[in-house]
Amino acid sequence: MLELAIGIILGGCALGAGMAMIAGIGPGIGEGNAVAKACEAIGRQPESKGDVTTTMLMGCAIAETTGLYALVIAILLLFFAPGHFVNILINALG
Amino acid sequence: MKSRNRKFIITDTILIILMILPVAAGIVLKILTNPLSQGIEISGAKIYFTVEMPVQPLFITESQVNSLIVLLSVFFLSLYLPNGIPAKGGSRRQVFAEMIVEKTENLVKTNMGDYFHGFAPFIAAIMALSAFSSLLTLVGLYPPTSDINIVGGWAILVFILITHYKMKCGPIYYVRSFTQPVPFLTPLNVISEIATPVSMAFRHYGNILSGSVISVLVAFGLQNLSNMIFKNLPGFLGSIPFLRVGIPAVLSVYFDLFSGCLQAFIFAMLTMLYIATGFPAQDYEKRRKTKLAKNN
Repeated sequence: MLELAIGIILGGCALGAGMAMIAGIGPGIGEGNAVAKACEAIGRQPESKGDVTTTMLMGCAIAETTGLYALVIAILLLFFAPGHFVNILINALG
Repeated sequence: MKSRNRKFIITDTILIILMILPVAAGIVLKILTNPLSQGIEISGAKIYFTVEMPVQPLFITESQVNSLIVLLSVFFLSLYLPNGIPAKGGSRRQVFAEMIVEKTENLVKTNMGDYFHGFAPFIAAIMALSAFSSLLTLVGLYPPTSDINIVGGWAILVFILITHYKMKCGPIYYVRSFTQPVPFLTPLNVISEIATPVSMAFRHYGNILSGSVISVLVAFGLQNLSNMIFKNLPGFLGSIPFLRVGIPAVLSVYFDLFSGCLQAFIFAMLTMLYIATGFPAQDYEKRRKTKLAKNN
């Protein structure tokens, strides 16, 4: 019975980590848009390439934040949560 | 060059040795403390030893030791670069050192304005520390930037700076700035204030950590694949993971070199932008003028 419970915990953590990373879609679309617009801007004004690239990298970094929150949650679910939950279970069973 | 005398050469060698010595010591420490294992594993920073403290034990981990290594190396590098610059100038090293100083000063001036021109050394220090910490993976050591405690410390430092410059017009002005533009937005303003250091720390740490996790997963997959393909080769040839040679290094160019340097740049840029935009320049000018008028 304990094996089944631990199996459910591990499976739930892995599923949760995978589902958390769905948030990766958002930054992908956002950064793609930003880079596309930056390419357009450089094509229109090649002399402002340096400024456009710097601003684009900054924007990309900010757009990435939500994806990184999801990544942190996924990493917590993969590497820390299973041991923690199994400990709680074993303590509860006594 | 004729101007090279003996003293210059001796200081140069000593500085180079001091620059490499911490990294070598770190590698030796890692080899001594890590048991030799066959498998590939993803693990956090190892705890070297614990110091007993009144509230809770203080853990001295790999990331703290490694960030000290980076500090020492960068310190001796910055002593090495301006060492022995002749009065006339013209050595290659001098040009390089001047380029670093000029670039950071230009960056600070264009992004923060004239009031903050003294910030160039701080920004350069943050950039060098962050970049070299991430590049520490190239010699096989644990990068301190993939530990949230280290990056969180930097983010808290930056947050204190931001708050200090926001409080330049007095604490009452600072508290009142939370109720802008409408009073009922105050909770949201407080949350966004707290989110600044959290997102800075998570961004840096998440990027470096995800890179190392992906590199380890790819190396693991390639090892299993080459075990599957080459297991029928005779003798010890079957146990060599051929596919693991060289292919993960291509990923390392992106994740370690490019991403590490880019994150250092982004951390420094965000520091500059947050400090410069948080500082109420016009109101500060006005306040200073009224104070001067009152005193006279």
